[in-house]
Amino acid sequence: MNRGWLGWIVLALGMTSSCARHAAAPAEAQPKAFGSAVVLVSGDKQAAGVGSVLDQPVVVQVNDDKGTAVAGALIRFAGAGGVTFDPDHGLTGSDGQFSTNVSLGGTHGRYQIVAATTDSSGKAAEVRIDEIALGYQETLGQQVSDIHCVRCHDSESTPQRVSNHDNLTAQAHAFTDGATLNAMSDAELAAIIGHGGAALGKSAEMPPYGNTLTKPEIDAMIGLLRALSDPPYRPQGIFYAGK
Amino acid sequence: MSFRKRVRSAWQYLFGDSASAFGTLSAVLLILLAVVPAKDYFREWLGYQKQYLRLIHGRGDANSLTRRFQGGLQQIWMPELDVVDRCTTCHTALKETSLADVKTQPFRPHPVIPHKLTEFGCVICHRGQGAATTVEEAHSSTKSWEEPILPARFLEASCGQCHLDRLLGAPRLNQGRDALAQYGCVRCHTIKGPDGVTMTGSDAPPPLLHIAEKTTREWIAAWLKNPQAYAGSATMPNFQLADDETRDISAFLIAQSTPYQTQKAPEPAPAASQDAASVQESTSLYGESFCSSCHAVQNAAGMLVGGNLGPELTRVGSKVKTEWLVDWLRDPKTYDPETRMPHYRLGAKEVGLLIGFLSSKSDSDFLGTTQLAAATPAQIERGKTLVIERGCANCHGINGVKKPENFAPELTLVGSRPLEKILFAPGVPHTLADYIGAKIRQPRSFGNALKMPQYTLAPQQIDALATALLAQTQRAQTLPASLRIPRSAPSNYRPAAKAGQLIDDMRCFSCHKINGRGGDMAPELTWEGSSVQRAWLVNFLKNPNTLRPALIRRMPKFDVTDAEAITLADYIMTVYQTPAFDQETLDSSRFTPADMEHGKELFYGKYACQSCHIVDPNKDKGYIGPTLTQVGTRLTASWIFRWLKNAQSLRPGTLEPVWNMNDEDARAVTAFLVAQKNAPRKEVAQK
Repeated sequence: MNRGWLGWIVLALGMTSSCARHAAAPAEAQPKAFGSAVVLVSGDKQAAGVGSVLDQPVVVQVNDDKGTAVAGALIRFAGAGGVTFDPDHGLTGSDGQFSTNVSLGGTHGRYQIVAATTDSSGKAAEVRIDEIALGYQETLGQQVSDIHCVRCHDSESTPQRVSNHDNLTAQAHAFTDGATLNAMSDAELAAIIGHGGAALGKSAEMPPYGNTLTKPEIDAMIGLLRALSDPPYRPQGIFYAGK
Repeated sequence: MSFRKRVRSAWQYLFGDSASAFGTLSAVLLILLAVVPAKDYFREWLGYQKQYLRLIHGRGDANSLTRRFQGGLQQIWMPELDVVDRCTTCHTALKETSLADVKTQPFRPHPVIPHKLTEFGCVICHRGQGAATTVEEAHSSTKSWEEPILPARFLEASCGQCHLDRLLGAPRLNQGRDALAQYGCVRCHTIKGPDGVTMTGSDAPPPLLHIAEKTTREWIAAWLKNPQAYAGSATMPNFQLADDETRDISAFLIAQSTPYQTQKAPEPAPAASQDAASVQESTSLYGESFCSSCHAVQNAAGMLVGGNLGPELTRVGSKVKTEWLVDWLRDPKTYDPETRMPHYRLGAKEVGLLIGFLSSKSDSDFLGTTQLAAATPAQIERGKTLVIERGCANCHGINGVKKPENFAPELTLVGSRPLEKILFAPGVPHTLADYIGAKIRQPRSFGNALKMPQYTLAPQQIDALATALLAQTQRAQTLPASLRIPRSAPSNYRPAAKAGQLIDDMRCFSCHKINGRGGDMAPELTWEGSSVQRAWLVNFLKNPNTLRPALIRRMPKFDVTDAEAITLADYIMTVYQTPAFDQETLDSSRFTPADMEHGKELFYGKYACQSCHIVDPNKDKGYIGPTLTQVGTRLTASWIFRWLKNAQSLRPGTLEPVWNMNDEDARAVTAFLVAQKNAPRKEVAQK
């Protein structure tokens, strides 16, 4: 009787395990080569609206011990919170690179995605990449910023707009400059946007925008700064007496 | 045995004697009675509320969170909006900003939005079934309920139900609506807003009435085969025509073409010389004429350089006939009276140079060596049938083919289209957003017989188009009209008299907006007469120079005569006056040197205007605003004074912030600026 039960259990286990292996097999692309490291080539810290496809694809490269690119290595992308990849895995090309289009999840904030490969012994190597999803407020901030702010605060020129950054004596802070901006409270940022640099003892080259932008627009600007900040902004919690 | 006895024995057989039957029934009843409170106890939302209370229990602000928590079924009810939303029953913390660190649903606080949750509820923006109290029914589509939650990337569609005009915080909606107009979607599909206004195209598909004069049948056939092979930026979609179809359509288009009336006597076409010196000269003339403000050309690196108001010119030399190009450059209106291209008053030599430049922009690979055999009447007839079938006349003027009406399905309510009426292509998820996206991405995947052509669009553009289309809902039609944020009414303003003719001739409206009509490439001119000085304006019209150093798109030189410049300047000075102030309010003759000196201090100190403007070219570097070296000869004192106080009120959307300067400061800075009359020589060598 006991043996009979044991037999059934062995049979059931055998069936499930063989099933599992069987199910996973067809999706697997077989690596043609192995590398020992994944490095990011381009496409990190992009900001896009919630749920949307990032403007630029994320490109990673597989290298071997000597740092040379490995073609035909298997790359697998993963991410939490509803991030999707097109495609989510594949083999690196002849330049050792693999590129994927990333769609962000449905809630605003930072998303960490992982690109991983395995070396010949099965040991995993991975690179973690941050992307930023903008909610309504941050999107509005980005629109406001495109009109009024980036010409001075972004030192890069684009075909549509020439940067004014280097024409100023005070160096306008980039909006990703977390080291400076994270140390400023929302109220301080609102004050400098609204009243201008001169009113706060900083450079008068920062004009006051308090009469040009509405309060929600200034709040949206701050929201954008917090979203883009590198290192990431961590709001100070609320402190309660006695707890 | 009597019937009664039979029943009784059956009863006895089933339930035993009466006493035990009563006992059994009571027990059954008790169990049934217990089911109801048990079902109530295990309701999904009660579980979430308990989970929420556990979540906030250990937090620092547990007391205030608990105090604000309301148990039981919650509901936002707004009969006038048809909103019955019970979402807040489980989404308990939507207003609790202190829970910003909570990432698990349903307890995340709602991100900042411009509306109160109690103002519109949830489903107006998010869709879903507001009255449902289970997760499945509220969020997913079921057989009886077809409106699942709208994926986050299309959320701006919901803004579009009330916001009919551009909305700063909804760039994807704006982009989608622009694309609907720009890619000609609205020329085949009728799309009406909830205000009853039909969307119109913003593209300018050329009329084909005289096409044979402009280009060859071979080019037409190659273009029809794949417009993007000729110009990557072409907005005409690919109709996926077979070779015999492009052969027949091109035959018909050539056959229907009529000669156009050139107003001028035909002059001999200036010879286009290709020697190095004239190549140099023609390239610089193309640059000086600011053709690239509207037209793009692919550079050696494959990047498009230039505007998109006119067609891309990368391969124009393989397209147009030289005789046509001569006429076109002399006066585009003779060929197409509705064109956006201005009438440049080019001389024969300039026309020759530009033709030399444009004919060098050719690509022998595009046409290859194909020669089409002479068209047969049967081919022409089939070509006409194809033109009618494909709806070419929706966009293009074609002799003998009327613009069809209701050619494609109306999309006014496409955002509420019931899923049961949609035939999904294999592999497309059963949601409306996915259907619309798939339909735009690959229309023919829904059947080869469909008429809709293949567009070349980026995934972002497809999402934007889907967003704009998802805004076209039944709900948008039924919401109270008072909630609508109306769009600016289209204006068909036409300036009068001789100046009006000149403004039309130079197509000023292609770039400038006046009284609500016109493009947005160049500054608005509605109140230009209050802003500038007449002498400056006359001079500028004759020789427009760039006011902003960083500007890429610039005003071309139209070679207007003195008389024309004076006519235009007089009209602008008289008609385009703001009612907001009057020139006599500020007497610039009473500015003293002390005023100027004070103004200079304010300019460089308190207001740091040099961050954006240049007054002293040797010192100032500001790149954003206009150069002010000669502003004293350009602008009036009153305009400068008002501008310093509130520029946005004079020209909404200008980059100048509203300074709200006090009268004293504004007067001093005005005094300083009015004195800037002569361009000081720049001492450093120009780079």
